[in-house]
Amino acid sequence: MLTLNTTQTQLAIEVSNLKKVFRKRDGLRGPIKEEWALKGVSFYVQEGETYGLLGPNGSGKSTLIRILSTLLTADGGTVRMLGYQLPEDETRLRRKMGRVSVDAAFYKKLSPRENLLYAAQLYGLEPRQAEKRAMQILEQLGLESRRFSDPIEEMSRGMQQKISIARALLINPPLLLLDEPTTGLDPKSRRDVQAFLEDLRAREGTTILLTTHDMAEAERLAHRIGFLAHGRLVAEGTAEELKRRAGTPDLEEAFIALTGEELDEEADSL
Amino acid sequence: MLERYLRPMWAFVFRDWHLTRRYMSWVAVFVFYAIVNSATIALIGKAQDDFRLTLTLLLGVLLWSFLSAMYNEIANSISYERWEGTLEYTFMAPVSRLIHLSGVSLFAIIFSVFRTIVILVGLVLFIQVSVNGANLLGVLVVLLVASLAFMGLGLMAAILPVMSPENGAQATNIFQGILLLVSGIYYPVSVLPSWVQPLAYLSPATYALEACRKLMGINHPDSTPDKLVGAPLSTVLPELGVLLLMGVVLIPLGLWVFHTAEMWAKRTGKLKRTG
Repeated sequence: MLTLNTTQTQLAIEVSNLKKVFRKRDGLRGPIKEEWALKGVSFYVQEGETYGLLGPNGSGKSTLIRILSTLLTADGGTVRMLGYQLPEDETRLRRKMGRVSVDAAFYKKLSPRENLLYAAQLYGLEPRQAEKRAMQILEQLGLESRRFSDPIEEMSRGMQQKISIARALLINPPLLLLDEPTTGLDPKSRRDVQAFLEDLRAREGTTILLTTHDMAEAERLAHRIGFLAHGRLVAEGTAEELKRRAGTPDLEEAFIALTGEELDEEADSL
Repeated sequence: MLERYLRPMWAFVFRDWHLTRRYMSWVAVFVFYAIVNSATIALIGKAQDDFRLTLTLLLGVLLWSFLSAMYNEIANSISYERWEGTLEYTFMAPVSRLIHLSGVSLFAIIFSVFRTIVILVGLVLFIQVSVNGANLLGVLVVLLVASLAFMGLGLMAAILPVMSPENGAQATNIFQGILLLVSGIYYPVSVLPSWVQPLAYLSPATYALEACRKLMGINHPDSTPDKLVGAPLSTVLPELGVLLLMGVVLIPLGLWVFHTAEMWAKRTGKLKRTG
């Protein structure tokens, strides 16, 4: 079972009563429909902790990550990360967090080297030092250096996702937001990424918020896990605590018992 | 200064240069087409055996080629990022929108200047027209000053793909088409319907053309097909003043409009990837 050094008591993420609603007009003159993606979610993540968020499609995982990434504004509640308040301190916070999403979004015609140098300069890093760091990360993730100059469009999804992780780590962020980082990867790439994240946490003490559909991944990487369903956090605890509470031997059954929902393998749309 | 402003701004020039490099065959095709298209327009003047008409048309195609290329680069930068799925990453970077859009605009200006020079050389060689005596340096100054106003217009047009992922990119073309119509690129503004004519004075292209025609000496009574009598830059100071004023008003206005659209997109979730 994963345990966290309890001498680290600082909170890296504090989310309180977070709400988000999307409004859409039904036709040109129809009524406005409201769809609540988050209905008052509260949780915290300690510094150095890995917190896993599990939920089916439409549960609100991606909306939550987007709000924390400063890409969406909440309709209620508060978010405080690394001592900064959102949305007031978003520019300062952006310098301290990396994000990896389910879709490895890149300029596909450019090479990993060009994409990473672009990202590095965007964050004000010295290009030569950033290139050295990027190459080190990619090699640790098992990407062959001879591929660094090939267009990304010629690479597999696993390779692209590894480059996406390298991009998020270029600035050596104390906080990492991972939105289903291993979805769609082959087993070897999945193991490579998971091992790298374990190593990163041990070496740098990086705080990680991870959303995933993979129960084994959540058990392996997360100190604590939250179950999200219909925009609410319905249960929270270590994997062992959740299984004990549900009276089931594995985490997937615990998820079904506590949320009344089943997980599926598709990417989250909300 | 270097870390906070210059390097992030240069990042956009770096990115756009490498993207252009990867699409170099497309660039070559588009420039070739622009030369051919421009030549067919300028040859209308040749057919009339009227060097003033030839030069008016030549200047029109070149100026429009420059301004529309720059406008397109800026206005389409957002739709391109939306298409690639990188928009969220760019908007998540700790870069102010001023630095972001200045970087995009800087590359757009550099790219458009080179593209226009290549088209100019191609045209002069193909249609055998002399620009001897024209104040070409003055024309370049006018183009650069006019760029500021077109940057502002480009920034305003760039919000359309932010607001409407499906139709925004197409809507930027409508905006561009209206500018082409009202600015008198190939004809005097006086031939436009009277209710459209006032719009010409709101377009920076109208003033840029007016100034460039004087600097080229197109309508100077002493100009001949072999030797033009281009005006000095001081004679177009009123036009330069208007263009500068337009830039000073339109750039902050464009940034404000963009910021407002970004806030709206963050409230409604429109930054999400499409395509």
